[in-house]
Amino acid sequence: MTDQDPPTGASPASDDFAARLRKAQQAQDAKHGGKGRLDRGAQGPIGVALRIGTELLAAMVVGVGGGLLFDYWLGTAPWGLIVWFFLGAAAGVLNVYRAISGLGYATGYRRIELKDNAPPDGGAN
Amino acid sequence: MDPLHQFQINPIVQIVIAGFDVSFSNSALFMVAAVGAIYYLLTHGMKAGALVPGRLQCLAETFYEFVANLVRDNAGHDARPYFPFVFSVFMFVLFGNMLGMIPYTFTFTSHIIVTFSLAMVVFVFVTVLALMKHGMHFFSFFMPHGAPIALAPILIPIEVISYLMRPVSLSIRLFANMMAGHTMLKVFAGFTVMMISGLGALGFVAGLVPLAINIALTGFEFLVAFLQAYVFSILTCLYIRDALELH
Repeated sequence: MTDQDPPTGASPASDDFAARLRKAQQAQDAKHGGKGRLDRGAQGPIGVALRIGTELLAAMVVGVGGGLLFDYWLGTAPWGLIVWFFLGAAAGVLNVYRAISGLGYATGYRRIELKDNAPPDGGAN
Repeated sequence: MDPLHQFQINPIVQIVIAGFDVSFSNSALFMVAAVGAIYYLLTHGMKAGALVPGRLQCLAETFYEFVANLVRDNAGHDARPYFPFVFSVFMFVLFGNMLGMIPYTFTFTSHIIVTFSLAMVVFVFVTVLALMKHGMHFFSFFMPHGAPIALAPILIPIEVISYLMRPVSLSIRLFANMMAGHTMLKVFAGFTVMMISGLGALGFVAGLVPLAINIALTGFEFLVAFLQAYVFSILTCLYIRDALELH
């Protein structure tokens, strides 16, 4: 009697579990937008904050460094620094916007085109 | 007591070639140790080639499959030829981070010059790859598709800067995470020592608080050590995909 109970009992229970697992995974994917889930999921809010800080800092490093090099090379001080500073700041803010709007770690070119393709991909990068 | 003392470079063998200091330092020693450990794990682990893997073989296969999935999911099927590159980068960064978690070791990934060199290798590799695949067409990617031509003088420099930002943000992310974590561990460990030396018997009790925090931080550091290696290689994959596809 007791031997027969587990097989009959286990099958609906495991079906139920599989269904629940699938539902949970779908909910999780929908919440985090497919593969972009590392961005906001795994690292938590501190990870996101660190990432944004890194983007801004890196942009300023490249902007100011590039400006100084440009001035050193062409002797146009301080105009190269001024122009590159603002370009670097713009690039930094642009990359933060890209990071936040769910484009994930993708950086660089052709973001506008990628963005149009995003919905069919399910927002994956 | 100085929490930054752990990041000091100490030459082990003094070598000077043509006026340049190329000493074999503790940083270099742990890079060699990381490469040696990876080599041992992969060769010794896979030597048996058993159908039912042992512990080392299981670990080696896990790493292989993990990176293979990473490359397939993030860089696509066309990126298969570049798997060895991503695998090398991942293993080197991971072992560098993990070796640094052993007490008295040196974490070479906590130095920006090391992470920046690694990031530059990735950057140059990806740029050369894109140039080889697409030739001069590569440069059309600095102009966002569909943007008005009038905006080109502003957009192109911004896109070029955000392309040049890649190695910088890649290296800062890894170095900052590793250095901040290791400094924090030392600071909290220092609190315990200070409490014991300053408060005597009471310090032994009060010192337990930072010690408890340090235990939690150690676990967190292991997570960060793995996660940063993962992020470094996932970004490498995304850059390779960008270089291959370019849209």
